Amino acid sequence: MNSLAERITVWLIGLAVLIWTLLPIYHMLLIAVAPADKAVASGILPQYFTLQNFQTALGARHNLVQYFWQQLLNSVVIAVGTAVISLAISIGANFAITRLKLPGGRTITNIALLTYLIPAAFLAIPMYRTMGLYGLIDTPWSMIFAMVALASPYAIWVMNQASAKIPVELDEAARIDGATPMKLLWYVYLPLMVPTIVAIGIYALLLAWNEYLYAFLMLSNERQLTLPVALGNFLAFDDAPWSLLMAAGAIYALPPTLIYYMFRRYMVAGLASGAVKS
Amino acid sequence: MAMAVPSGAGATTAARSRAPAERDRKVAWLLVLPYLLVFALFVVYPVLYGLYLGSDPKSYTKLLQDPIFFSTIANTVIFLLIAVNLKMLVALLLSGFFLRPEHWIRWLSVLFVVAWAMPSIPTILSFRWMFNPEWGMVNALIFQWFKVEGPGWLTERHYGLFLAIMVHIWKSLPFWTLILLAARMQVPKEHYEAAAVDGAGTFQQFRHITWPAMRGIYLTSLLLSTIWSLGDFNSVYLLTGGGPLDLTQVLATLGVRYLRMDQIDVALASVIFAMPAILPLVWFMMKRLSNPGEETAK
Repeated sequence: MNSLAERITVWLIGLAVLIWTLLPIYHMLLIAVAPADKAVASGILPQYFTLQNFQTALGARHNLVQYFWQQLLNSVVIAVGTAVISLAISIGANFAITRLKLPGGRTITNIALLTYLIPAAFLAIPMYRTMGLYGLIDTPWSMIFAMVALASPYAIWVMNQASAKIPVELDEAARIDGATPMKLLWYVYLPLMVPTIVAIGIYALLLAWNEYLYAFLMLSNERQLTLPVALGNFLAFDDAPWSLLMAAGAIYALPPTLIYYMFRRYMVAGLASGAVKS
Repeated sequence: MAMAVPSGAGATTAARSRAPAERDRKVAWLLVLPYLLVFALFVVYPVLYGLYLGSDPKSYTKLLQDPIFFSTIANTVIFLLIAVNLKMLVALLLSGFFLRPEHWIRWLSVLFVVAWAMPSIPTILSFRWMFNPEWGMVNALIFQWFKVEGPGWLTERHYGLFLAIMVHIWKSLPFWTLILLAARMQVPKEHYEAAAVDGAGTFQQFRHITWPAMRGIYLTSLLLSTIWSLGDFNSVYLLTGGGPLDLTQVLATLGVRYLRMDQIDVALASVIFAMPAILPLVWFMMKRLSNPGEETAK
């Protein structure tokens, strides 16, 4: 049944998938390990190997990476802030809607869903102006609130689906024993929601870490920038130092990729089931 | 309050349970309040303010008189039609490939997701340098192998748009493949076994078992992906910057272009202009997604 032709086809598809997936990442690393003046890839195999670009980035020894550590810290603050606040807000909302049966809970779920369906690039424009009115432009709070506003609708929606699987009888049993809503939240709801909470927390963290457009609009002071915007700003120069850019980009890309793979099980189970109802 | 209630077991229980119900409701409102605040301050207010800023008819005149506006609309439509359909079709096929029993294919599927897990900025920039017409690896190899000059990938409209579509697909293909893979795994194996006994080939199995089971989720994914792809700013902006001569702009980057030119009213006009196309999609998606137990992938 497993004919030779079939096996060869499968191998070829696998090879194509592998090359397709890895090529831009490989190319990024290839340029990152080339000397600054040899960022031109003339072949597939590496012709140079130097860690000099990584040292330049980490040592902030170039105008363009002058605030590398400050910008890395900004990215961390915004990502962690977004994750913590999104979780707090959406756990509260989800618990109130699904476990305390808040009247009007369905309407709130629907407006959350509606936010989830607005293309992010379109909301960015009025959001930018609004953040100006609130006086938050060029502070980490503008990014944190914007990312919370984008992450929590999805969080609430995924949590609604997970919470629906917790039997009501558990709440009723706890109620008979005299549990208050907060005890119910702490002792019944949270322990059972841990996998979803992990998935949502990581989702919000990565969303904020990866965000380019909102940060590009709302942050402009070099000391306030997040790393992706700082990387994008390399392009403003006619002869951008590409090997430095690729090295800094690789450093920036590493933490979220590692985090994703560490929590892969939660992410795939939690997000795939929520993104499109299955 | 309980004091006023006349004696009788039933009445006391009712009073006792009413008090917690009221307390529950207060707690519930308190818990949902932070979300409502965020929603009001950072979604509702910006949207209303945006509608107000974009309400001047003059902005639309300016928008329609901009020579790049219609090429932008054309680009957006081409981008959406090709990117979304091609991506979903490949995701559908790949989800079948990743179901194969070979052990290495499981590992490949784990690795495959890296494009989605990684932040898009460094990889888009990597594509940009790889396809640089003068210095990039692609044209260097084309010259080495075929002794001809490679095309101006990022300096010609059609190549630029084509590459933006490719970059967009590279980034989001794993996500949709995972979604469709999850849907495929819910189709009971017995159906395939029964079909194989009846002599159905791969194609017939797909047509009569897989596709009927996945049609719903495929359509949902297609529409959701259309809405999100409309908001893809990075794939175009970081690759071509909308150039050459603003010929590869899409709606997502056009609004930001006006914003950077300090023409926020025109920026919002361009967004509001797209609403008649988006709102029916959003409305349809709301109906599909908000009714639990409605027709889905089963």
